[in-house]
Amino acid sequence: MTSHAGPWGPGDRFPATRRSVVLAARDADPEVRRQAWETLAASYWKPVYKLLRSRWRLGREDAEDLTQQFFAGALERGTFERYDPARARFRTYLRACLDGFTVNERKAAHRLKRGGGAVLFSLDFEGAEAELLRHGAGEGIDADEYFHREWVRSLFDFAVADLRRWCEASGKEVHFRLFERYDLEGPDSPECPTYAALAAEHGLPVTQVTNFLAAVRRELRRRVLERLRELTATEEEFRAEARAVLGVDPA
Amino acid sequence: MNGISDAALRHLREVADLPDLSETPYEILETLGRGGMGTVYLARDRRLDREVALKVVQLSPDETGRLLREARVLASLEHPGIVPVHDAGVLPDGRAFYAMKRVRGLRLDEHARAVPLPERLRAFERVCEAVAFAHAHGVIHRDLKPENVMVGPFGEVLVMDWGVAKVRPSQGEGEKDGDAVSGGFFVEEGWGGKGFEGQAAGAVPETAHGTILGTSGYMAPEQERGEVDRIDPRTDVYALGAILGFLLAGEEAPPRPLEAIRRRAMAAEPGERYPKVEALVADLSRYLAGQAVGAHRESLIERAGRFARRHRTAILLVLGYLVMRILLIFFLRR
Repeated sequence: MTSHAGPWGPGDRFPATRRSVVLAARDADPEVRRQAWETLAASYWKPVYKLLRSRWRLGREDAEDLTQQFFAGALERGTFERYDPARARFRTYLRACLDGFTVNERKAAHRLKRGGGAVLFSLDFEGAEAELLRHGAGEGIDADEYFHREWVRSLFDFAVADLRRWCEASGKEVHFRLFERYDLEGPDSPECPTYAALAAEHGLPVTQVTNFLAAVRRELRRRVLERLRELTATEEEFRAEARAVLGVDPA
Repeated sequence: MNGISDAALRHLREVADLPDLSETPYEILETLGRGGMGTVYLARDRRLDREVALKVVQLSPDETGRLLREARVLASLEHPGIVPVHDAGVLPDGRAFYAMKRVRGLRLDEHARAVPLPERLRAFERVCEAVAFAHAHGVIHRDLKPENVMVGPFGEVLVMDWGVAKVRPSQGEGEKDGDAVSGGFFVEEGWGGKGFEGQAAGAVPETAHGTILGTSGYMAPEQERGEVDRIDPRTDVYALGAILGFLLAGEEAPPRPLEAIRRRAMAAEPGERYPKVEALVADLSRYLAGQAVGAHRESLIERAGRFARRHRTAILLVLGYLVMRILLIFFLRR
């Protein structure tokens, strides 16, 4: 599995508090705002970068610069603070801001050169490039769908990384190994291992394998939902995103 | 490895949504359907080695409350026309569920396309009987429609989806939604699922005035306007009228008495509808027995036609006798 070492990688931080960081981005305390901005940037930089590369067809350096500048500018100009939950989902708002920002930057192409190459934050662009190579640039789907898909991928990356740490910290390495084999690697294998094969491999009864898997999946679901809770402003938005992410039909 | 692959992502999204049945006697076989309130799975009960339908709520406490309400309502209504609940509880992942009989068959809207009018009317009569039974126990369905009725292979009819049912107060109680059973709801012992004991029936929220629950086209005007206080059995009578209309829709010329029954059931003013489902059923039964229905004032010709249809054999016998007599007289005179 992915294991990003950068400060904004999924392995970096997972705030203990599950309050909405979208709302915290409007907090009166600048430190709270900065922390909220960090979490939002950590969750969104990769889909943003991939969108710039695949849909705006920017070269790697320009996309890296623009990603950095977009988030740096958001902090400076208080872009996230101006978000109004009553008008759109945060994800939609961020995309609209990104589109506007990119159009303006393209119009003033020289400004790209001016900021070009300046490393403002350490982001794992290598990893993002490798993902683009591996998963494609979303050919055949529109930009919205592509952005959503990459955001969901990023969301699950965080949740899985967090899950791995939790399993390691609580002595559930076998749980995670089973999860990795069956749920992460299995779907890509020509022959997904059976519960019985995994049971034999680990010297466990089949029922224990299924129980371990159920426990890890339960934790995964909890973490995904917690993360979603953090990245949304209202209960309504949370539910809508949960349904979009977990594939449950809307009410 | 770079990022979760598309296939793994799809799989993770699926398994993260699956209910955690690890501490229950159930195992999921397939997804039967998804609705606004929850997902229904076909599951196997390992204890009894039988298939059940497992309804699992999705996310919010409100949805959990509704699911518990539905389970309580169903548990309080033992009738051949109402799907029985076997079990209920809260899963280790915090989601509420209940297990009910797995119903095989067709939805009424599908069934109606495959059978002639008399059979459709018989199924409708059974729907009315189940709803009348629920009313007698203080439960108003509020979302009656052909899609919420199943017709089994032997003609058995089951009214489903009681999730938005309203429960009328018993003696000394205030009116509440889903307060059919007060604290008596059971959970089978022997597995780790938690019961509902912690969620007192009184904690179930009432439907606020202005809240619209139901399905357009089948909702009575007072329901459509969100006038929760005005909802009573006649609200279901309206929906039954709409179902009757649906069942008649395939007919080139629907019988006028049936049209009259439908119109009366669907009167805009509750006071002009049948006061009870039993009255609607009685009118329908009269029609099926070839009698005059209360909702329709017959013309002389219609009455004569109905009389002729009803006493066809006797009339034919008398006519035959008369013809024979005339012929006899005619030949004897020659």
